[in-house]
Amino acid sequence: MVEETSALGLVLGGDPALYEIVRLSLAVSLSATALAALVALPLGAYLALVDFPGRPFVIVVLNAFMGLPPVVVGLAAFLLLSRSGPLGFLGILFTPRAMVFAQALLVIPIIAALTRQTIEDLWTEYRDELTAMRVAPMPRVATLIWDARFSLVTVLLAGFGRAAAEVGTVMIVGGNIDGFTRTMTTAIALETSKGDLALAMGLGIVLITLIVLVNAAAWSIRRIGEIHAG
Amino acid sequence: MRAPGSELPILFEGVSVEANTVRILSDVSLALAAGMPTVLIGPNGSGKTTLLRLAMGLLAPSAGRVTWGGRDRTDGRRLAMVSQRPVMLRRSTFANVTYALGAAGAAWRGRGTRARGLLAQAGLLTQSDRSARRLSGGEQQRLALARALARDPEVLCLDEPTASLDPANTRAVEEIVTTIAASGVKVVMATHDLGQARRLAGEVVLLVGGLVCERSPASQFFSDPATSEAAAFLRGDLVI
Repeated sequence: MVEETSALGLVLGGDPALYEIVRLSLAVSLSATALAALVALPLGAYLALVDFPGRPFVIVVLNAFMGLPPVVVGLAAFLLLSRSGPLGFLGILFTPRAMVFAQALLVIPIIAALTRQTIEDLWTEYRDELTAMRVAPMPRVATLIWDARFSLVTVLLAGFGRAAAEVGTVMIVGGNIDGFTRTMTTAIALETSKGDLALAMGLGIVLITLIVLVNAAAWSIRRIGEIHAG
Repeated sequence: MRAPGSELPILFEGVSVEANTVRILSDVSLALAAGMPTVLIGPNGSGKTTLLRLAMGLLAPSAGRVTWGGRDRTDGRRLAMVSQRPVMLRRSTFANVTYALGAAGAAWRGRGTRARGLLAQAGLLTQSDRSARRLSGGEQQRLALARALARDPEVLCLDEPTASLDPANTRAVEEIVTTIAASGVKVVMATHDLGQARRLAGEVVLLVGGLVCERSPASQFFSDPATSEAAAFLRGDLVI
């Protein structure tokens, strides 16, 4: 009971250490989601609309990668970013940038696979109309992405949720350095192992609150979209 | 007389269409020329929709050829189609029309004015801001007509556009179609509704089993059908 009271005190009292961790976590996860979206939205749309040899195989692999173990992604990102790796020249290992990169790798398959499904379903619905209107391929892609925008916001939020909740990837490439690369999830793991349950629980409360808020935002956006755009 | 580059006449020469070894159309030869509406009638599966898709250039024949104004290809710029259950884009009623105008290559500046004109013609101006998907079935069909007219079509193909509508909405759609046809647009319409064919057709094409059984002016078709299939169809017998 004492631990719960202390945890609430940290959250409500605006503990600077706690809020710095929250700020960094949000910054990393939002940046990773945005970076992943830049790659995954066009990739998903391409897979939905373009037929090519081996497409079913690519779709199966992409769907399977939605369940990639974070530590494996973290290891891959570590090898890519380490001094002897192909991206070692960037010199970003054990920095928030490396965490963004690793989380983006983790989230790209999720956003791409869900985008492909969303766009493909809409294309099935729109195909005859857009074909009869002679809409060219690129405007067609733009139309489908725009008209699926409310569903795609939910897709992006699913990606954000995955990024914000994961711990293994950022632990490996970020190093969990206090005040520099420590996020909510890595801090919870660390503080629990140290026995500082108040801070761990405080971070847990913030993390769960954020996830609830993110889902509420997704639901609201989708609902507003259904009312105004159908 | 049509300008150079006209899509008319649309000629079908010995056209057959097969899908998965099923023959949908067999050796159809037909000319769709400017003038009164051509109404395609026939039972389900007789090939009406396939014929419309061929006319739109959306489907290639398995055998034979289709030409548009003497050309083997069409860019489809002045061909428009409305299906039985048109899909509404997830936008407002107004945005559905401006989208169609954009797809037809209309200049960005004048789209709003033209869209309002088309919506007025379809009796939907007061619904401009509503989500198109929230319109009633009749309103959606009229919006689909407005979208089709955004192409400033020379040929308008209608695939059973009133099949799921009540009499009031059917009348509203037919009035728009009559106005469109009177403005010089070639209307080619598939329907099951003999009453509608009587009201709208200038000529009738009866399709049965992928074959053109009869083609004649509407007045002749309804008063003195030349084939036993047409006579049976008019009597209301089951023609399969």
